[in-house]
Amino acid sequence: MTGLLGALCRIRQFELQVQRLAAAGEVPGFPHLSTGQEAVAVGVCAHLEPDDKLFTGHRGHGHVLAKGSDIEATFAEIIGRDTGLCRGRGGSMHLVDAERGVLGATGVVAGNLPLAAGAAWAAQALGSSNVSVVFFGDGATGAGVFHETLNLAALWKLPILFVCENNGVAEFTTREEHSNVSKVSAFAAPYAMPTKTIDGNDVLVVHAAAGDAIAAIRRGEGPYLLECMTYRMAGHFVGDAQQYRSKEEIAAMREKDPIERLKRNMLAQGVAQSEIDATVERAKQDVLEAVERARAAGRPAPSTVGEYVYKSASLDGISG
Amino acid sequence: MTQTFIEILRRALDEELARDKAVHLLGEDVAAGGAFGVTRGLAQKHGETRVRNTPISEAAITGMATGAALCGLRPVLEIMFIDFATLSLDCLVNQSAKYRYMSGGQLSVPMVVRTQAGAAGGAAAQHSQSLEAWFIHVPGLIVVAPSSPLEAYGLLKSAIRMEDPVLFIEHKRLYTMRQEMPATVELPPIGRARVARAGDDLTLIAYSAMVPTALEAAEELARSGVSVEVLDLRTLLPLDMETIAASVSKTHRVLIAHEAVQNGGVGAEIAARIGSELFDELDAPVTRVGCPFVPIPFAPELEHALLPGRENIVRAARELLGTQG
Repeated sequence: MTGLLGALCRIRQFELQVQRLAAAGEVPGFPHLSTGQEAVAVGVCAHLEPDDKLFTGHRGHGHVLAKGSDIEATFAEIIGRDTGLCRGRGGSMHLVDAERGVLGATGVVAGNLPLAAGAAWAAQALGSSNVSVVFFGDGATGAGVFHETLNLAALWKLPILFVCENNGVAEFTTREEHSNVSKVSAFAAPYAMPTKTIDGNDVLVVHAAAGDAIAAIRRGEGPYLLECMTYRMAGHFVGDAQQYRSKEEIAAMREKDPIERLKRNMLAQGVAQSEIDATVERAKQDVLEAVERARAAGRPAPSTVGEYVYKSASLDGISG
Repeated sequence: MTQTFIEILRRALDEELARDKAVHLLGEDVAAGGAFGVTRGLAQKHGETRVRNTPISEAAITGMATGAALCGLRPVLEIMFIDFATLSLDCLVNQSAKYRYMSGGQLSVPMVVRTQAGAAGGAAAQHSQSLEAWFIHVPGLIVVAPSSPLEAYGLLKSAIRMEDPVLFIEHKRLYTMRQEMPATVELPPIGRARVARAGDDLTLIAYSAMVPTALEAAEELARSGVSVEVLDLRTLLPLDMETIAASVSKTHRVLIAHEAVQNGGVGAEIAARIGSELFDELDAPVTRVGCPFVPIPFAPELEHALLPGRENIVRAARELLGTQG
């Protein structure tokens, strides 16, 4: 449990730093925070091998860190440094860390779903035991490609875990305004895809359910949809005034906070307060030190802007 | 013995499937041969896991081909009509094309999207378009449009061996064109145009099914003493400005012909590049022949009236030469 707490706190602290530096004008673009939803990332990724493939979306910092990406390189990318995961070409919404199986984050909602199914198809075709995991929000279920991908994954029995973080709000409007279907797991039924709706703010619950799902996928049983009910404590993006939320709703957040819930759980199971405090503090220090190193790193040279457009040697440096 | 475009294209796919186990075909009906029969028999020969039918889900299958290309496969995806590629655009434009760049060089997408375009036989407004210009606007993509069976054979094989995503546009009017398959075919490099006919008075730039039309026009013009050089672009992105420049420096007059709507077409980009890079070589304004700004109609008389053909090219060429003084 200490390991899970540390992982949750690193993500929380990481995003607090993103928020702080965004307010100070150090973060270009529109970073989206997963604050409050960390338990899903941590509980699922605890079961993944480096070679398993992970796809995420615009709210993906937590998933990438939980998959094992370096804190400094991830933060450096988010602030656009040359030492970033993608050398400053991707940013917050497009984190890729191929070595750790983080194959991408798409800024277009639901666009990541077929990519993950394609990675699962490749694993199947090449006879590997890798699984593919894709994280998406309930908002993605409004896109046609979500349904297309579910159909194909079930039809081809692909080794893929669909993880829906159902936080009940798509950008600025609630799920009730988007769909008559309140539970995303309901969409799995017509395709005969196994599914489960769980408390996504209890990391132990997520850990257990994801473990079962991933084990079944590795046994060759085909795709699985895990719906994690969670709560986005942050706004849609950094700076969102959140006028669509009541004061009462915001006040109730702390009760739902996955970190506070795990701490209470640990105390109830006899873990010493001092051990909990030390874990939280260590995570905080790890992140703060990595963030300072990332901030000290150099920016990409403007002269390199044209690099990486094409890989084929014959097209190197073409201008259209 | 001659073979059709479809048969020669099938041979290229067959050989690539045999050469490289990473190559997989994917698309609607491909295991059954595809809508035009290009992949007929390949599933039986190479297995239905390598030549795989999909549901009618262009967005998902384009995404899946891209995701698989990130993970070691070399998918060749068939999008039945380029008109349906509108449903693939999010993936092609936002993901496939940008993966290498956005990942800082960590990943690439070695994928070919075969599709079929152009007007013929009353296919009407949603099955006849030439939409290639949309794609040459996207950094990271490669766009290829072959003009004959043998060109298609070599270019498709070269495309499958590229490390970047290729949109491979076949013209439906070329599918019945026949050529003899030689013992060996040298694979043309992607990104290089070819001189389809040498000449001195005028450079006529074309691609895809407009190349045979341009060659007919050149033949007709030759009869009245005009020597036309016909360039077959083969690759629309990247553009081979070197070959274009060599020809323009010789003829000093340029006519660009394509079936796509003239407004905002590939010809506009070529004309602009020639205007800015080769202005001193020009003896006359660069001229274009393209489709009028009208959707492709259904009735044969209307379709015929709309499509630019040999006569349009000959007329434009004569006007262009007349301005020479």
